[in-house]
Amino acid sequence: MATFDVDPYAELYARRTGGMSASEVRALFAVAARPEVVSLAGGMPYVQALPPEQVIELVEAVLAERADVALQYGGGQGSPLLRERIAMLMAEEGTDADPEDVVVTTGAQQALDLIGKVLIDPGDLIAVEAPSYVGALSAFSAYEPRFLTIELDEEGMVVEQLEEAVLRGERPKLVYTVPNFHNPAGVTMSLARREQLIALCREAHIPIVEDNPYGLLRFEGEPLPTLRSMDPRNVIYLGTVSKVFSPGVRVGWALAEPGVLQRLVLAKEAADLCGSNLTMLLTERYLSTEAWRVNLARLVETYRRRRDVMLAALAEHFPADASWTRPEGGFYVWVRLPPYLDARALLAAAVERRVAYVPGTAFYPDGRGTDAMRLAFCYPTEDRIVEGVRRLGELLAEEEELYRSLSG
Amino acid sequence: MSGERVAVLAGGRSPEREVSLRSGHRVATALRARGYDALLVDPAEAPLVETLSAATVSACFVALHGKEGEDGTVQRLLELLDLPYTGSGPLACEIAFDKVLCKAALDEAGVPTPPWAVVEAAALRDLGAGALLHRLAERVGLPLVVKPSRAGSAMGLTFVDREGDLPHAVMSALAFSEAAIVERRVPGIEIAASMLGTPRDVLPLVGIFPKSGVFDYAARYTPGVTEYQAPARLDDEVGERVRSVAAQAFQALRQRDVSRVDVMVDGEGRPWVIDVNVCPGMTDTSLLPMAAEAAGVAFPELCDRILRLALARAPVGAGDK
Repeated sequence: MATFDVDPYAELYARRTGGMSASEVRALFAVAARPEVVSLAGGMPYVQALPPEQVIELVEAVLAERADVALQYGGGQGSPLLRERIAMLMAEEGTDADPEDVVVTTGAQQALDLIGKVLIDPGDLIAVEAPSYVGALSAFSAYEPRFLTIELDEEGMVVEQLEEAVLRGERPKLVYTVPNFHNPAGVTMSLARREQLIALCREAHIPIVEDNPYGLLRFEGEPLPTLRSMDPRNVIYLGTVSKVFSPGVRVGWALAEPGVLQRLVLAKEAADLCGSNLTMLLTERYLSTEAWRVNLARLVETYRRRRDVMLAALAEHFPADASWTRPEGGFYVWVRLPPYLDARALLAAAVERRVAYVPGTAFYPDGRGTDAMRLAFCYPTEDRIVEGVRRLGELLAEEEELYRSLSG
Repeated sequence: MSGERVAVLAGGRSPEREVSLRSGHRVATALRARGYDALLVDPAEAPLVETLSAATVSACFVALHGKEGEDGTVQRLLELLDLPYTGSGPLACEIAFDKVLCKAALDEAGVPTPPWAVVEAAALRDLGAGALLHRLAERVGLPLVVKPSRAGSAMGLTFVDREGDLPHAVMSALAFSEAAIVERRVPGIEIAASMLGTPRDVLPLVGIFPKSGVFDYAARYTPGVTEYQAPARLDDEVGERVRSVAAQAFQALRQRDVSRVDVMVDGEGRPWVIDVNVCPGMTDTSLLPMAAEAAGVAFPELCDRILRLALARAPVGAGDK
């Protein structure tokens, strides 16, 4: 009888699945998804802001006029017309792009996976920010790299740290960065840092992967040039319509030099043949009207107000020894707690009080981040944000008291 | 009886919601395969009392885990509704689920359980109990394990080798409940002993061998990362000792229908009860179904048998308080 076969595949799994396991935090999110819980966890765009009649009209028009294409397979690179629209979207931020250098992907998330597939061999060193976008860490991890972590401060990536690593002889195969309104840190890379990073990476022959999902969601201040616009040859640029239109259409893209692009397209075809023609046509059509600009402006205004409400609530309800970033755009505020508080351990108590956040540990490849939490202001209404922050503040105050009683 | 309408209660708002839903879906599917009209009811989705009153079910299969499912709350409601349900009565649930009450009851009944102590959040906040933490570590002895008094699935559990790590572990446990248990860690082999029927009916033992060495949440619910032996390969005498201690625990805690105790067998072959589960998991990586299968009872039959134990009690009288 011996061993009970819970999973007959147990011995067959590839090494790269090693990190894919059930977790307590995931289990808690199942409770946090309940409507009575104020979720400051998920980075869901506020798609309710899209006028429903516009969307219905869009779908009807696409199906009435292009059903034969919409319901068919398409090319692996994505339709030329959509790629033109995407180039136009990038031009909004000053990035000059040839539609021929664009591959449309299933969200920018697929582009991350394809980059891993095309560039990372097991054991390769890749540089990421600490903290970094959790989805990028997961996508890259499947290709078994080693991570070189570079700290962030108010000006974004601390490029000196990368420079020191290079001087030590480290040669990361790529540097991954979210320069605008960082997920999760909320900070934006300053112009000086951008110039420094571009110069260093050009000199050291390290390509940059610039992930820019939030660039058009700026609330204040002057837009900064994209890294891609500063050095097209050395930057692979990732974009998405998830934040300017809808994440449900799963349309993202990569812009890269021809050699890389060709491999990305082949890898994309191997993964899923092609994207969805239906949603690509919807996107193309949406971006061909002026409605998207009007809707986006309104959306940005909504997010700006929610950020203001969150920052004010944090100032009112959070303990004095916590600190947080002040994003000029995007979705997230990053909170640093006093080091003795463990945000991962506290999540259960927070959910019990009907509020949720993402513990900082999710955003580090090395177990750090216990003293941090990511708060998203994009989705909940202003009232709910205030209530959520109030509940969290109350919990933190009690936890600080508990800690003092334990250490005193 | 074929076509009989029964409710499978699963989900809820406890941290083990996800595990419970997995248990519940599996149980409902199994019961349907056995001819029941099984209705999945999630107390977090629909008001329980209203739903059960309207649904005219003849019994409830309790597949809830954690607070409000295993602690007697739901059981008390079901008593009031005169609905027979699977598993132990309210008071037995309340005692088994709360590790403070449970350990005290085990001690009183002479069931071996590792040395332990309690840390309460209120005592820390209001009475200055923090100053006594080192004494507590001394009394229980290192290495030790800190657990929330009211939680399951190893959530909020931390192993502590150095006294300096104790405050952090206590805080982690207190995130789940108002009290924490500090318990001596017994090195050895972890064995699950499951009961089906009466406290004397102990199913074959299951040996637990997590590849990481620690049977934590990930090791419990990721198929393939823990190896299970059913029946566990134990010395006959040791196996008998474990079964006897388990039966004693089930008896002392007035367990009914189903239950599971987790036992550590130390280097000398002595069993120590470390946990009691009144609503044992019924997922694809859960221990009770493995034990049943080792006894030749396939999952659908197991669910059917548990349910029939409840149906045999209909209609419920005054209950067990």
